[in-house]
Amino acid sequence: MAVWAHKSTRVIVQGITGREGTFHAIQCRDYGTTVVGGVTPGKGGTTHEGFPVFDSVSEAVEKERANCSLIFVPPPFAADAIMESADAGIELIICITEGIPVNDMLKAHDFVTKSNERHASAGQTLSRLIGPNCPGIITPGQAKIGIMPGHIHKEGPIGIVSRSGTLTYEAVGQLTRRGIGQSTAIGIGGDPLPGTNFIDCLAAFERDEQTEAIIMIGEIGGTAEEDAAAFVKGNVEKPVVAFIAGQTAPPGRRMGHAGAIISGGTGTAAEKMSALQRAGIHVVKSPADMGKKVEEVWK
Amino acid sequence: MKVHEYQAKELLRRYGVPTPRGVVVDNAEDARQAAKQLGGRVVVKAQIHAGGRGKGGGVKLAKTAEEAADLTKRMIGMTLVTHQTGPEGRQVRKVLIEEALNIDKELYLGITLDRRVRMPVIMASRSGGMEIEEVAARDPKAIHREPIDGVLGVQPFQARAVANALGLQADANKKCVAFVQMLMRAYLETDASLAEINPLLVSREGDVLALDAKMNFDDNALFRHKDIAEMRDLNEEDPLEVEASKFGLNYIKLEGNVGCMVNGAGLAMATMDIIKLAGGEPANFLDVGGGASAEQVKNAFRIILSDKNVKAILINIFGGIMRGDRIAEGVVSASREIGLPVPVVVRLEGTNVELGKEILAKSGLPLITADGMWDAAQKVVEAARGLRAMSSRA
Repeated sequence: MAVWAHKSTRVIVQGITGREGTFHAIQCRDYGTTVVGGVTPGKGGTTHEGFPVFDSVSEAVEKERANCSLIFVPPPFAADAIMESADAGIELIICITEGIPVNDMLKAHDFVTKSNERHASAGQTLSRLIGPNCPGIITPGQAKIGIMPGHIHKEGPIGIVSRSGTLTYEAVGQLTRRGIGQSTAIGIGGDPLPGTNFIDCLAAFERDEQTEAIIMIGEIGGTAEEDAAAFVKGNVEKPVVAFIAGQTAPPGRRMGHAGAIISGGTGTAAEKMSALQRAGIHVVKSPADMGKKVEEVWK
Repeated sequence: MKVHEYQAKELLRRYGVPTPRGVVVDNAEDARQAAKQLGGRVVVKAQIHAGGRGKGGGVKLAKTAEEAADLTKRMIGMTLVTHQTGPEGRQVRKVLIEEALNIDKELYLGITLDRRVRMPVIMASRSGGMEIEEVAARDPKAIHREPIDGVLGVQPFQARAVANALGLQADANKKCVAFVQMLMRAYLETDASLAEINPLLVSREGDVLALDAKMNFDDNALFRHKDIAEMRDLNEEDPLEVEASKFGLNYIKLEGNVGCMVNGAGLAMATMDIIKLAGGEPANFLDVGGGASAEQVKNAFRIILSDKNVKAILINIFGGIMRGDRIAEGVVSASREIGLPVPVVVRLEGTNVELGKEILAKSGLPLITADGMWDAAQKVVEAARGLRAMSSRA
């Protein structure tokens, strides 16, 4: 079954005529993802690398029955792209763009919430936003919707959720090398206001029949890991292995990701690790031990 | 991005937020003139991007213009050490000369983002002058928290709730309500990530003013605030970090001797962590971004090596879509050009990894290849201790 991304997922790429959009639209298609076209305002009606281009998301929904959007629009316009997709009733909105202003994201979240309420009352599907500033989502063997390298993945029973891109690849690499496959790997992104959080993903993995164990990769900053720990206790039966990046990060410094900052003494790795441990999660200190730990606790 | 107190106050005044009258100067003569103009009795405040200035001797009362000039002369050029500057301190280049007011109450007012509820939150406490973290640790109930809708802005009842929580009555209460509304507008419209008024002053005359002001801004929104972007003071930043940012490198200097170069912020933090677990101390955080081209690697080498503490470097690149051989070629050509004075351990992942390792091995450079993060961490820590440097160069 896997989570959210499937063979049947029909993807459009917002910003498909840009450099990144073009490159990754092709990469996703090559992996086997059903990419049905792209959106670039003003370039509707043309074809780009074999993809039909539309002026608007709603047009792509109407003509190609798109239900997922992958966003590569530059930061000043990315929040608008998210809102357009939500308005058009896109189920899964994946925003890769890094560097969107926080206030723009406040507006986008507000808009998506209201648009979902409207769609719910009309009996229509709701939108889920993944990201921004994330690598996307992949269900090995079915659909790669994002910028991750497809070839390192393998179909299997481990669900992965992470705030970091390359560190997710690291976890996937460790599993695949041990012959252990993944159900779905979700990068929720390094921004302070992600659309989808750990809890959403943990709940989905717990429900998913294919998933048998979960890797959760957090980092310093905020309280998302602590909230996830509280959720796991009592809601997640499947074994969870966790790693928190930034155990050696100094306070007050933003470690690359906008969301990765220890401020006012909160958001430290130590606090998060102990909260996770208390919830019965298998916390590894070393990022090199994620795969090994899964092998130990799974089955 | 951080700005100085005088710049924060200048921005706040544009939104009507009352502040004491003040003039920023960089020499004694201008300080004398400013103090005279402000009525003689003034406060001289060192302008650096760090809190705790008062305890460090960076905030002084002058009873006359002459005294203000004298204090300015002593403060300009001095290195101010506070609990936030680190032991090296910060050099004072400007001081703010501000009218001295008659203090009735000192309160706390701050606005920042509450990620959990996805809303800005106003924090108010009666313990002005104290750091909010300190208040939170001692008595969390002493902080009033008012979450604000970031799209709609602060509603009048919310501003009243804040003023009431601060224990203000009558005229001061009304003035505080207006203050909160103006501060919130400034916070939202400037794309601030922090607006902290500590202390918020109630004067004996009943006025409500920002006695101090600290503002931080969302770097991602600076493209629409040219005026704020221009307030950036590079003197307050680490020169290496500034240099790195010019090349799209995210670099933060640390105290250890193992340099690291990694693609991706999460993996870069994890690499620092594993160096520590292997018994070493990371010299820096460095995210080269997704690409890791020869040009990026070269710039990263230069930045890392300008830190003289660095005894060995770990390159940890998870190639992803980029081919391992391409990355290896980049590392080799950058190493040749730069001439490596320290051993470098390279850990590569991605397609064509084997080919990449071959390229590194055949280069004749002091490049040590590693399999996996733990192997890499152990090798680089050994190298930094001088155990490996000899054999790799033999």
